[in-house]
Amino acid sequence: MSAQGRTEAAGWAIDAHNLRKSFGGREVVRGISLKVRRGEIYGFLGPNGSGKTTTIRMLCGLLTPSGGGGRCLGYDIVRESRMIRLHVGYMTQQFSLYSDLTVGENLAFVARVYGMARPVELAERTAREMGLGARLNQLAGTLSGGWKQRLALAACTLHDPQLLLLDEPTAGVDPKARRDFWDSIHALASRGVTVLVSTHYMDEAERCHELAYIYKGRILANGPVDRIVAQSGLAAFSISGGRGLDDLARHLAGLPQVESVTFRGDEMHVAGRAGKALADAVHAACKARRLTCTADAPTLEDVFIHFMEDRPKVCGGEAGA
Amino acid sequence: MSGRKGHALPRLVPRLWAMIIKEFIQLKRDRLSLAMIVIIPLMELLLFGYAINMTPRHLPLAVLSADTSALARDFVAAVKQTGYFDIRGEVTSEARAKAMLRSGQVIAILRIPPGFGRKLRAGMRPQMLLATDATDPVTTSGAVAAVSALATRVFRRALRGPGADLLATPAPFELVVHKRYNPAGKTAINIVPGLIGVILTMTMLVFTGLAVTREVERGTMEALLATPLRPVEIMLGKIAPYIIAGFIQMAIIMGAGRLLFGVPLAGPAQVLLVFTLIFIAANLSLGYTISTIARNQLQAMQMSFFFFLPSILMSGFMFPFHGMPVWARFIGELLPLTHYLRIVRGIMLKGAGFADMAREGFALLIFMLVVMGIAVVRFRRTLD
Ligand SMILES: Nc1ncnc2c1ncn2[C@@H]1O[C@H](COP(=O)(O)OP(=O)(O)OP(=O)(O)O)[C@@H](O)[C@H]1O
Ligand SMILES: [Mg+2]
Repeated sequence: MSAQGRTEAAGWAIDAHNLRKSFGGREVVRGISLKVRRGEIYGFLGPNGSGKTTTIRMLCGLLTPSGGGGRCLGYDIVRESRMIRLHVGYMTQQFSLYSDLTVGENLAFVARVYGMARPVELAERTAREMGLGARLNQLAGTLSGGWKQRLALAACTLHDPQLLLLDEPTAGVDPKARRDFWDSIHALASRGVTVLVSTHYMDEAERCHELAYIYKGRILANGPVDRIVAQSGLAAFSISGGRGLDDLARHLAGLPQVESVTFRGDEMHVAGRAGKALADAVHAACKARRLTCTADAPTLEDVFIHFMEDRPKVCGGEAGA
Repeated sequence: MSGRKGHALPRLVPRLWAMIIKEFIQLKRDRLSLAMIVIIPLMELLLFGYAINMTPRHLPLAVLSADTSALARDFVAAVKQTGYFDIRGEVTSEARAKAMLRSGQVIAILRIPPGFGRKLRAGMRPQMLLATDATDPVTTSGAVAAVSALATRVFRRALRGPGADLLATPAPFELVVHKRYNPAGKTAINIVPGLIGVILTMTMLVFTGLAVTREVERGTMEALLATPLRPVEIMLGKIAPYIIAGFIQMAIIMGAGRLLFGVPLAGPAQVLLVFTLIFIAANLSLGYTISTIARNQLQAMQMSFFFFLPSILMSGFMFPFHGMPVWARFIGELLPLTHYLRIVRGIMLKGAGFADMAREGFALLIFMLVVMGIAVVRFRRTLD
């Protein structure tokens, strides 16, 4: 337990360095280092196939790293993965509870597996706390997507884990349910639980204490949201004023200093590397078309698009329509 | 927050219990598997007992009688009583009888010589001929044996009194009784105990052969592996519920075997139960091991079949074990069914006890432990 003491003193729930993983000679995680403080909500972002799931699996001992190593809750992720399993709750990206068991039976199974006292009562109480009380006797396979996710979250928090690894827990969930879900996550964090959560939603990313953006198996940026945005060196403008936006979008997207153009209703959001070149180009283009142009704050999305090599320049609207 | 519930490693039993309960519920909801537990033994029993190996009955018979005595008529009536023969005609000429046999109208001819009754009473041991269509000896062997056996019994009442001493030895027949321990020629008596072994092998393999691949294909394995369950707990938890299924099947076969075919249980039931438990566990572990090796459910089925076939052919179920070449017997010795067949036949038919069968039981135990060991080693603890 001395290792745990050490890590705890340093305050790291996750402390991994240079994690690597290859599948059949193809390296999909290429040196990821990660430090997550206890009680923190840490977001994991990155496009499809960037290696988020693979990294999470390595952290809970489900995959053996091809290189690097680390500790979760003070336990070595390779040699002490059994201890990690006892104290970590892992919610898989795919629904992985038993569809032919009811909500209550699934939760009771998990409770027994972790050796919890009075598993059936605990299952019922947890289900009620998660708003699943009315569905206790429903087969898990017949739940709707959002309820399945709730059940999965209930199942992986039932044993009071100190660390939660949530792999896209809100994929396909409606906004209200997502909000509830995140309230639950924040409630857990306030009780001292550390949460590592992967997501594709920017609003969720902004609710994390810290973020890591993964791209092709590497972390391109990490830290608190505002710091990531500040350090990106981007500037943004908001343009409005009616007709001519489509034409302007095409024009701006062709400029080398513009990195992304996003439609938001009647407005247009333009981002690029901060500097005179961008400002001049945007102002000139707006003036020519008699559009209003104001400085805007760059968003996380701008930053992530900035990180992508083959970035699409126009998003969020029908530029050609 | 960790003070509320202890986080010491939970003991093996509750975790194993978790697996067992889960598997039970899943089995309970799996109507097809439940039906399999009951229907397969009944189906096989009826198939083997009646359709395949059952000695045919109601064979057409022609009677060519040159004697009109009451004794001769008694004998014909007794033959009919066995149920093996239906008397299709009483003919008077040898040529007519032969024609009927040749054309397949009858499958046997019973020829009673002139003065049969008189000679019998005089103690002259008259001959009686049962000529059978030998093109398919299996068809008639049971019937022939049954008729031969009649000889000692049929005249018991008629010859009571002065002729009683004639009953000391059987009347002479050209047909020799082969199945000395089975006068009625019922093959079911040998088949039923063997069927217990065959059916348990088949269904137990199928049930656990999919145990692991199913979890992998349904995507539940990832979550299962992320729990503190150990491979051995997963294995035992998946095996345990089907042990009960195995015993249910055994009860069905033994019960139906007794009701339909009068198959006895000569030896001690508790010894049979203990050895059957080991045999069931051995087959379940084998199925489980297959499921840890197979990559998908189809492969698991193929591998089970690959094991099932030699079990049927080389265990002594289909062919007599001692009639097989040495190499086949060697393979047979490695199969659990071989040992179990000796146990179940020995206990049910010959009244063998624990001491007689201990060696065979030990062989089953070794098989089970080795296979379980392979399963635990083969089980992939990670998703690599
Ligand atoms: N078991 C495996 N065998 C071979 N390749 C794999 C395996 N698991 C993952 N990969 C590959 O590794 C890469 C990273 O996959 P991973 O699932 O970690 O991505 P991800 O960031 O979680 O993506 P998504 O957002 O779509 O969930 C992908 O190209 C994937 O095809
Ligand atoms: Mg993923």
